Amino acid sequence: MRKFWGFCIIVVALVFVYLPIIVLAVYSFTESKSLIWSGFSIEPYLSLFSSSELINMLVNTAVLALLAAAIATILGTIGAIGIFYNKKILGKFTSAASRIPVINAEIVTAISLAFVFSFVFLRGTYFSLLIGHVVICVPFVVLSVLPKLKQMDSSLYEAALDLGATPTQALFKVVLPEILPGVISGFLLAITLSLDDYMVSAYNKPDGFETISTFVYKALAKPRNAALAELRALSSIIFVVMVIGVLIINFRSGSKYKKSKIKENRR
Amino acid sequence: MEKNKQDKIIELIDLTRKFEDGLIAVDGVNLYVRKGEFVTFLGPSGCGKTTTLRMIAGFDKPTSGKILLNGQDISALPPNKRPINTVFQRYALFPHLNVYDNIAFGLKLKRVRTAFESKGCKPVYKMKKLSKSEIAEKVGKVLKMVDLEGFEKRSVSTLSGGQQQRVAIARALVNEPEILLLDEPLGALDLKMRKDMQLELKEMHRKLGITFIYVTHDQEEALTMSDTIVVMKDGVIQQIGTPTDIYNEPKNAFVADFIGESNIFSGTYLGDKKVRFIGQAFDCVDEFEKNEKVDVVVRPEDVEITDAESGLVKGKIINSIFKGIHYEMTMKIGKTEIVIQDTVEKEVGETVGIRIKPDNIHIMAKEFSSNKYDGYITKKNTVCFGDGEFECDVCQLYDGSHLDDEGYLITADGEKIDLTDLDVKVEVGLKDIEITDDQEQGGAIGNIVSIIYKGDHYQLIVRTDENEEDFVFDTEDTWNVNDRVGVIIPKNKIKLSLVTEQKK
Repeated sequence: MRKFWGFCIIVVALVFVYLPIIVLAVYSFTESKSLIWSGFSIEPYLSLFSSSELINMLVNTAVLALLAAAIATILGTIGAIGIFYNKKILGKFTSAASRIPVINAEIVTAISLAFVFSFVFLRGTYFSLLIGHVVICVPFVVLSVLPKLKQMDSSLYEAALDLGATPTQALFKVVLPEILPGVISGFLLAITLSLDDYMVSAYNKPDGFETISTFVYKALAKPRNAALAELRALSSIIFVVMVIGVLIINFRSGSKYKKSKIKENRR
Repeated sequence: MEKNKQDKIIELIDLTRKFEDGLIAVDGVNLYVRKGEFVTFLGPSGCGKTTTLRMIAGFDKPTSGKILLNGQDISALPPNKRPINTVFQRYALFPHLNVYDNIAFGLKLKRVRTAFESKGCKPVYKMKKLSKSEIAEKVGKVLKMVDLEGFEKRSVSTLSGGQQQRVAIARALVNEPEILLLDEPLGALDLKMRKDMQLELKEMHRKLGITFIYVTHDQEEALTMSDTIVVMKDGVIQQIGTPTDIYNEPKNAFVADFIGESNIFSGTYLGDKKVRFIGQAFDCVDEFEKNEKVDVVVRPEDVEITDAESGLVKGKIINSIFKGIHYEMTMKIGKTEIVIQDTVEKEVGETVGIRIKPDNIHIMAKEFSSNKYDGYITKKNTVCFGDGEFECDVCQLYDGSHLDDEGYLITADGEKIDLTDLDVKVEVGLKDIEITDDQEQGGAIGNIVSIIYKGDHYQLIVRTDENEEDFVFDTEDTWNVNDRVGVIIPKNKIKLSLVTEQKK
């Protein structure tokens, strides 16, 4: 009986999480502007890919996400290494300071960034938008790289020095390959954060520049917007891409886990 | 030991390393290592042997003192500039590289001074990388030496512990260092593999002729492999010598107890090459002052079992364990126990006699005959020393004195003295200290840091946290190292004396 109730709760939870998405996906195949089925059509998908406005917004979002994630990954990795090897006050302070943006409300980050940029007359430029995205991504890169550094055998770095490497060579030839999985997952995390972001984009973007999220907000503000069907199509595509991405990552880490298990057994 | 000055490849002068938390890991170590020597730093964990090695490698900077390599001070040189390579405790192989690339790591970074012909003039020297074929040749050679041919493309994580060990040794040796440092390299291997590797390392050392500095806490390993053993404790060198010297002529009870099995007794030197211990006078070869209290060391294999009548001392066998090539028996003589190793077993309960040859009795000066501290008297007429406060009899400071009702001391002449904050010397005998589990009951609190069995009693050292003051004493009770205890000293056992010459 307890098993039955447990099962019910899981079903209800799954319904709440996935039913809206499924409904959305189904309705992405009709041209209706509200929840009325007006016949099957792939028109929303076709117009999504023919509207230059929409294509432009997609490219904007992707380029911004890649750029911000790349910068955040470099800064975050350097930061994590600095924090790890600086056990003293400086390291502790940087570590604590880098965590604050994670728990800080995004609206606060967004408004304060806009405020600062308006002081230096940079508000509403591509530069301020990019910096804003980097700011929200960096702490997450630091958080995903630090554990890898902690797992690493600390004598590896010393071994590299011992064999004649300068500290810089040791960093690139030994430390970096060791923490690479953390760096990559930090990069991916940064991309999703940037794709998702609305607050920082809304307050810092140049006029006329739209990302997916700002576009969707704008579209929803006008109920009779012609792009509503296309947005359903776009959301469905994003969802499918994400699911495929998650499946690939799970599959790969699963097989890696098995491999490392085999290695452990052989030892 | 004294040899040519040129022979010294590495020399440590007053080397000290103090950590940020105040712990002194290495305390004024003076030592030199000759070219081609196999030197082992031996000691329990925390004795400073690994820290010393890390300073030679360059991973740790000495707080003070110098490290000379071929007469040049290298204390400030970074590890990558030193012609020294290390085999790490847990190998520290690079997991993302295969066996070949692990070994070639150092070679790929190396730059060699090569002469280039320039037109008509003197040759120009440039730093040049090793070519691929040179690297391949060197790696091949060293892989052959460690018996790992054909393993080049294997990932290091697929290798067994022993194989990883060999890769680690190959990776260090391929750079042709002047000195090879080995930090407990065999610690992670099983017994059989360890024994094989010991012999192999010894053989490698013989063939290559380079200097090996080896760190271990395994005394047997040290005895098997080394030319010279450096025994360390608490960051201080206890004894330097050949394995035979260290085993046969330990300098103090710590070395005797740490190296091999040993019986350690308290004894008295009677003069005329006779020493009395376990209730009997024995002939010996060492000479000390008459009636001096000494520590006597007898190795279990040096005790000869005889008939009950023909032995010098007789006792009862109370325990016998088969150890493969011999029996290890414990014999009780009065209250004292002595451990004997013999190939012939005696029945438990049998009464037998023992004899010990004069040159198998090793006599050492007693390290501690009493505990001495600097202390001061408090308002309450108690005494503070050794990170604690103890009740004492302050009247012993002045002959014929007594205390008045207010706690002032009245001397024999009727003079009134306030003793508060008076500096005194405190002496407490080895038999006058007790310890208790009830820490609050003791005058001082500390951890047991050492237990040495001396036949019929244990000699314990309790060390306090704050200033690392030691209380050395004898007890018959069984305690464990690291037990946290309170130290009790009876009021009448604390001997006080004035620091200045005022004593009347």
